[in-house]
Amino acid sequence: MVFAAQWAGEKKPLRKEADKQEEVSMRKTVTLGAMTVAAFAAGAAGAATLDDVKARGKLNCGVNTGLVGFAAPDANGEWQGFDVGICRAVAAAVLGDPTAVEFIPTTGKTRFTALSSGEIDILARNTTWTFTRDVDLKFDFVGVNYYDGQGFMVPKALGVSSAKELDGATVCIQTGTTTELNLADYFRKNNMTYQPVPIETEAEAKQQYLAGACDTYTTDASGLAASRASFENPGDHVVLPEIISKEPLGPVVRHGDNDWGDIVRWTFYALVAAEEYGITSANIEELSAGTDMPEVNRILGTEDNLGAMLGLEPGWAKAAIAAGGNYGELFEKNIGENTPIALSRGLNAQWTDGGLMYAPPFR
Amino acid sequence: MTVLSDPPVGSFRLSMLIYDSKYRSYTFQFIALMIVISLFAYLGSNLLTNLQAAGLNISYGFLGESSNYDINQSLIDYSSRSTHLRAAFVGALNTLLVAFLACITATIIGVIAGVLRLSPNWLVRKLMAAYVEAFRNVPVLIWIIIIFTILTAVLPAPSAFRGENPDATMLFGAIAFTNRGLYLPAPIWGPGSLILGVIFVASIIGVFAYRSYATKLLFDTGRLLPMGWPSFAILILPTLLAYFILGRPVTLEYPELAGFNFQGGIQILGSLIALWWALAIYTGAFIAENVRAGIQSVSKGQAEAAASLGMRPNRTMNLVVLPQALRVIIPPLISNYLNITKNSSLAIAVGYMDITGTLGGITLNQTGRAIECILLLMAFYLVISLTISGLMNVYNNAVKLKER
Repeated sequence: MVFAAQWAGEKKPLRKEADKQEEVSMRKTVTLGAMTVAAFAAGAAGAATLDDVKARGKLNCGVNTGLVGFAAPDANGEWQGFDVGICRAVAAAVLGDPTAVEFIPTTGKTRFTALSSGEIDILARNTTWTFTRDVDLKFDFVGVNYYDGQGFMVPKALGVSSAKELDGATVCIQTGTTTELNLADYFRKNNMTYQPVPIETEAEAKQQYLAGACDTYTTDASGLAASRASFENPGDHVVLPEIISKEPLGPVVRHGDNDWGDIVRWTFYALVAAEEYGITSANIEELSAGTDMPEVNRILGTEDNLGAMLGLEPGWAKAAIAAGGNYGELFEKNIGENTPIALSRGLNAQWTDGGLMYAPPFR
Repeated sequence: MTVLSDPPVGSFRLSMLIYDSKYRSYTFQFIALMIVISLFAYLGSNLLTNLQAAGLNISYGFLGESSNYDINQSLIDYSSRSTHLRAAFVGALNTLLVAFLACITATIIGVIAGVLRLSPNWLVRKLMAAYVEAFRNVPVLIWIIIIFTILTAVLPAPSAFRGENPDATMLFGAIAFTNRGLYLPAPIWGPGSLILGVIFVASIIGVFAYRSYATKLLFDTGRLLPMGWPSFAILILPTLLAYFILGRPVTLEYPELAGFNFQGGIQILGSLIALWWALAIYTGAFIAENVRAGIQSVSKGQAEAAASLGMRPNRTMNLVVLPQALRVIIPPLISNYLNITKNSSLAIAVGYMDITGTLGGITLNQTGRAIECILLLMAFYLVISLTISGLMNVYNNAVKLKER
C-alpha cells in the first residue's frame, strides 16, 4: 500500500494550493494507483490512530512532493520545511523522536485519498481549509499554520495598478487549486472577463508569464513572492494590492478520531504558545527546570499533567518544541525574511503583534 | 468360449472432471473464472467497506452542482455557473476535437511519409527515415512540451503588435501569430448565406456525380475525361457566382488588438496547436511505418504487372498498390487512432482543457470525488475507444481481401 501511494505520488502531477514544482506525467496510471490504494487499504482508517502510530513506531506524514520552504528534501535527502516542522513536532510529542517520521509525498489529487484510506496519519501540505473539505470529505482541520491569500502579479510595463483593471486579461493560473475558484468568483463579481491559462507547474507558469503568454499570474501571495524573488529582474514586476481570497492553510486529520485530532491540534498550539511565552529551542532546557510562569510550566509538563490527558508523556510539548523550535522559529528558519522565500509574518504574527496566531490557553 | 460384453457405458464420476481430458479444460477454466471473479469481488467489497468506514459513499450528486471554474476553450456554452457535468462535456468535446484533428493530420503525414520512405530518391528516403526514427523514439509528452515551448518563446506576445512601430505585424493584416495562439478572421453569416451553403453542398454532390459519370464513361467506352480541373470548377464556380449575385452575404470579422488581447475573429489556442501537432507528428511516424509495411507486403509483381500495362507510377500506387496495402495498414491504424485519443489526456501538460483536465483534474480536485471521477473517465475513454475501433473495423471489413 505504501509503495502504491508513493508510486502514485511520484508519477502524478501535483497541484497544491500555494505554489508548486511538479512534474506532469501519465494521469491514468496515477489515478489507477490512487484507486488501488483506496481498494487495498483495508480498515486502516479505523479509530485509534495514536495506537497505530505507537505500534508502528513511526508517524506517516503526508507532505508536498517538493515545495521549497514548506516541504522539500534538502541536499542530504532530509525533509525540510515549514510543514515538515509540524510533522516532526507531532512525532516528537507522540514518539519522543522528531526523526521517527515517514514523509509521504502527496499531490493535489492523491492527498485526500491518502488521508482517508489511512495511508497517512496527518496531512501537512498547504491545504486550504474549506467547508466542503471539512464537512463533505470528512476531514478535520486542526488549525491554521499559515494564513495566505490569493494575489496577482503583473509586469510593471503593463501599467496596471489594481486587479480591477484586469478586464479582458489572460491569466496564468495553477489548475486544480482553490485559486481557480477564487479567480472565477472575483471576475464574475466585478463583471469582468478573462481568459484562464491553466498551468500545471510553477516552472511552467514562470516561463509563460515571462514570455508574455499571459498578462498576469495569480496564486497565493506567498507563492507570488517566492516566484518574483526568483526572477532575473524582480523590480520589473509588481504584486497588485488586492488579495482576493482567504487561504487558511493547515494540517488535516481524519474526521472521527477526535483523540488523535486533539493531539495534533494541541501540539501545533504548543508551538504557537511557546512563541508567545518566549519558549525557544535555545532556552527550553533552562525553562523546563521550572519557572514562575504557571502556563509555561504546564506546557513543559512540570506542573499539572496535560500530557496524560492526551495519552502522552508529560514532556510531550517540550519534545515538540525542542524538535524544531517554536512557531516563530520554524517560520524564520523556513520561509522568513532571511530565507530566499522572504515572507514577512503579516497575518501570521502572534496576536500580541497584531497577527492572527492565537493559541487557546493551556489549562 | 469367450463372452463379449459391451464396454461399460461410462456413468459420470466426479473424478472425471480432472482425469478425463474431455472435461479437464472446462474444470480449469471454471476455476480460473471463479478466482478472477472473487478477486474483483474482494476488491469491490473492500473498497465499499473502506469508504463506509471513512464515512464516505459513492455518489454522483456533485455532477449537478455548479462547477465554479472557467474553461478557456469550450465548444458549447459554458460559464463558471454551469454544472460539473457540463464542464465534463466541455472537456469531452475538447478531447474529441483534438483527437479528430490529430487523427486526420497524422494520417495525412503518415501516408505521405510512408510512401516517400520507399522513394527511389536517396535524399527523400533518408529524410523520411530520419523523421520516423526521430519522432517515434521520443516520448510524445516531450514533443508536446517542445512545440508548446517553441510557440511561447518564439512568437510575439500580443503587446508586440501595439504602437506606431510594432515589433510584429499581422500576416495580410488578418492573421496574427501570437504566443497565446493563432488569431484568424471569423466569417459573419449574413442573410442569404444559407442559400450559399446549399449551393456549396450541391456543388460537392455535383463533383461526385461528375466523377462517377467520368468513371462509367471510361469503363463503358474507354474515353478518358479530364478529372482535375472540371472537378475544381464545379466545386468553386457556382458558389463564387452566387456569392457575388447575392451581394456578398458572408463577410469576415478581423481580429483587432483591444485591451490586453486581440478581440474578434477566431482564436486557436496555442495549447491546442501544440497538442494537435505533437500528437500528429508523433503518431504520423508510426503510421508511416504501417504504410511502408503495407506497401511492401504487396507483391512486387503487382506493380510490375501494372507497369507492363502502361500505368504511370502514380496510378500504379493509387489504383494497384495502396488498395491492396490497406488491408495490412488498417488494423494497426486503428490502434494508432486509439493511441492518439488516449495520449490526448496529456493535454494538461500545456494547459489544454480536455476531459482529463476538467473532470479528472479540476472537478476531481474541487469535489474530492476521486473514485467517481476516475470511473467516469475510464468509462468515457472506453466508450470512445470502442466506438473508434468499431467504426474502423467496419471500414476494415469493407477493404479487406474478399474471400469467396
